[in-house]
Amino acid sequence: MEMRGITKRFPGVMALDEVDFELEKGEVHVILGENGAGKSTLIKMLSGAYQPDEGEILLDDEPVSISSATVAQELGISTIYQEFNLVPQLTTAENIFLGRQPRRFGLVNRRKMGEEARRILERMKVRVDANALVSNLGIPQRQMVEIAKALSLDARILVMDEPTASLSGQEVERLFEIIRGLKEEEVSMIFISHHLEEVAEIGDRVTVLRDGKVVDRVPASTNRSEFVRMMVGRPIEDQFPRQQPETGEVLLEVNNLSQKGILEDASFQVRAGEVVGMAGIVGAGRTELARAIFGVDPVDSGEVWVEGRRMKLGNPREAKRRGMGFVTEDRQGQGIVPPLSVEENLSLASLGLNTSVGLVNRREQRKRARKMIEDLNIRTPSPEQEIRYLSGGNQQKVVIGKWLLANSRVLIMDEPTRGIDVGAKVEIYELMNELTKNGAGILMISSDLPEVLGMSDRILVMSEGRITGELSVDGATQENVMELATQGSEAAVE
Amino acid sequence: MSSVVGRIKPRELLSRGGPLGGLIILCVVMTILSPFFLSFNNLFNVGIQIAVVAILALGQTFVIVSGGIDLSVGSVLGLAGIVFGWASVVAGLPLPVALALGIGTGALAGLTNGLLITLGNLPPFIATLAMLSAARGLALVVSGGVPLNPLPEAIRTLGRGDLFFIPLPVVLTLIMLVIAFGILRSTYSGRCMYAIGGNEEASRLSGINVSRQKLIIYTLSGLFAGIAGILFMARLASADPQGGFTYELDAIAAVVIGGASLSGGVGTASGTLIGALILGVLRNGLNLLNVSSFWQQVVIGAVIALAVMTDTLRRRKG
Ligand SMILES: Nc1ncnc2c1ncn2[C@@H]1O[C@H](COP(=O)(O)OP(=O)(O)OP(=O)(O)O)[C@@H](O)[C@H]1O
Ligand SMILES: [Mg+2]
Repeated sequence: MEMRGITKRFPGVMALDEVDFELEKGEVHVILGENGAGKSTLIKMLSGAYQPDEGEILLDDEPVSISSATVAQELGISTIYQEFNLVPQLTTAENIFLGRQPRRFGLVNRRKMGEEARRILERMKVRVDANALVSNLGIPQRQMVEIAKALSLDARILVMDEPTASLSGQEVERLFEIIRGLKEEEVSMIFISHHLEEVAEIGDRVTVLRDGKVVDRVPASTNRSEFVRMMVGRPIEDQFPRQQPETGEVLLEVNNLSQKGILEDASFQVRAGEVVGMAGIVGAGRTELARAIFGVDPVDSGEVWVEGRRMKLGNPREAKRRGMGFVTEDRQGQGIVPPLSVEENLSLASLGLNTSVGLVNRREQRKRARKMIEDLNIRTPSPEQEIRYLSGGNQQKVVIGKWLLANSRVLIMDEPTRGIDVGAKVEIYELMNELTKNGAGILMISSDLPEVLGMSDRILVMSEGRITGELSVDGATQENVMELATQGSEAAVE
Repeated sequence: MSSVVGRIKPRELLSRGGPLGGLIILCVVMTILSPFFLSFNNLFNVGIQIAVVAILALGQTFVIVSGGIDLSVGSVLGLAGIVFGWASVVAGLPLPVALALGIGTGALAGLTNGLLITLGNLPPFIATLAMLSAARGLALVVSGGVPLNPLPEAIRTLGRGDLFFIPLPVVLTLIMLVIAFGILRSTYSGRCMYAIGGNEEASRLSGINVSRQKLIIYTLSGLFAGIAGILFMARLASADPQGGFTYELDAIAAVVIGGASLSGGVGTASGTLIGALILGVLRNGLNLLNVSSFWQQVVIGAVIALAVMTDTLRRRKG
């Protein structure tokens, strides 16, 4: 497969500028680049989601026109998109075979569909029930279903746009095993990721994009800082620039939070100036804990104190009023409002602050939003741009900015740098430094262990709904975190 | 300025200006086809004819922008009008009291919709479908199934009078337009409508009281339907329990033709007025051209489909 001189414009942006790309048989070709560099746009030309404005795509040296997703499937190209494309109301099996359900006498053969779905999931060693509704699955499980869906097509070319962004260590390992297996079957793969350590492990060649142009094509064994320099255009010295300020009073205190079958007796504190990292494997209940604290889900017992005063649970409005902010892990579903502009998304949580007698001071609102766009270096052609057209990383910055505008002092960040490029990650870390220096406290839930180790001042580890341990950052290593994370769950895994 | 207008080609206007472009083209075509179309008298006629639907549609805009739908507005219009008629004709209450009762009934019906949706957890389609039936039934019960006359002289003036040559129904429509515009653009609730319609969960997690806002939204829709009900009865000079029958369909059509999206988060007050005008000009023009009312329905159906299709295409192209 080869792409030649691909150019794609969107209103106000040149997403791709004469990009050449090639993919050999059985190769894993990694695409690296900052948020908004054009990675997703490039692969969407292969999946039939977009057509190039200029340039051509060759398959086995024949020019092809991939005008729709169906055509792409027929050509043997299967794609895992960065955003989820699952129907929440349908089961896992139905989603995997959506539009291609095995049929008998014109009726869907549910039994066969279930069996095949189970076979695929088993091959992937994923513990997801084929009959479970997708709406009941967590984000990482949904990601695995997406992968299963793509695999079920038996494609010649498999395109993966940030498949590991929402997976934790174990699942990433499983995915890599699958990829290695496919390599042996001579399947060609395109792999997009912001995790540079994955590149050398799984990739053969790497194409680096910046601002819609190809910077270079290099072997995957190239060293990491070299990748960073190519992507960002400058070297990054310190990947985790954590500077711990003096810690102050207790901002958030959680006492014995329990919810049957989900949380058990969770207690901890976050002080002003602290970044408390929370590690654990997927399904450990970290997101559930965050949701319970923020009042999204009900709890059976336990209490939450904010700045020394007890908070009524079960109401996000109350949590916001008390100075909490919640950056959710599901950016698309719970973070952004897709049809609204960047500016309005930024103002979402501070709408009340800019309101008097029911009227919103739009000028003030706009002014603050614009300042935030500058402060966070959000890349958007204009503040009026609809947020859904922004790259994933920039959307995330908007979600964080939303809470900063609401003057949150206690921030719960669930996977704050998921899908965010190295450069922007460092910016977000610096932002965390800045916030804690000004007296904020941050609870950072993350499946990215280096991030937890690099950015936290203290580390909490969860397993099966319980906080199984607390480590000081000096004493913590990947190994002892993982040990705590899998405590008591060995029996359940296999 | 004039050079800019001069340079824009009709096709471009249609694809760029969306509904407004469509309206202008429609007017140009009608002017060419019928010598009677372009006169103050006729244009005011169009304005009077669309006034009731336009006000209903403005109320409906709040609901559709927030991702819901209100099927009950036609019936609520009827109920509000009948309560007003009953209060002034049968109970002999003074006009302001009768007006307050009528419009209040509309708001109350809207609030009930809101309660069914938030507390009762009904989908908006079902809740307002139930209200469509119940409100019409109540209108018939209150009136005994017959029109109530004669309405007080003052209110009949609202249907027929002018303010500086401008018909009062048109004036009322413009006032409601300004109010709806202000609500959508500058009030807390208005901004919440867009947020809730665009992503309800994200709105809730951002600390917006979604349930309360929905109550406000449906109450507003009912309130607008109540005001439309008064105007309807004023124009008829009689309170008719069948008033506003199937008007909800025109109202929804106007909102959608005006560029709002039924999946929520998108829509404007001015767009809705333009949508209502497109429907009105089309009916008026087809009448002037002596097209049978049967064919008119076919044409209007086609225009609704076409309008929404071009709008979607326009959006996709970006
Ligand atoms: N449909 C669209 N309309 C307008 N602009 C778009 C659209 N899709 C993408 N863009 C813009 O094109 C550029 C490239 O976006 P793309 O999604 O390809 O980036 P990316 O490299 O995948 O980033 P990320 O790492 O954040 O996923 C960005 O500036 C983005 O804002
Ligand atoms: Mg992308």
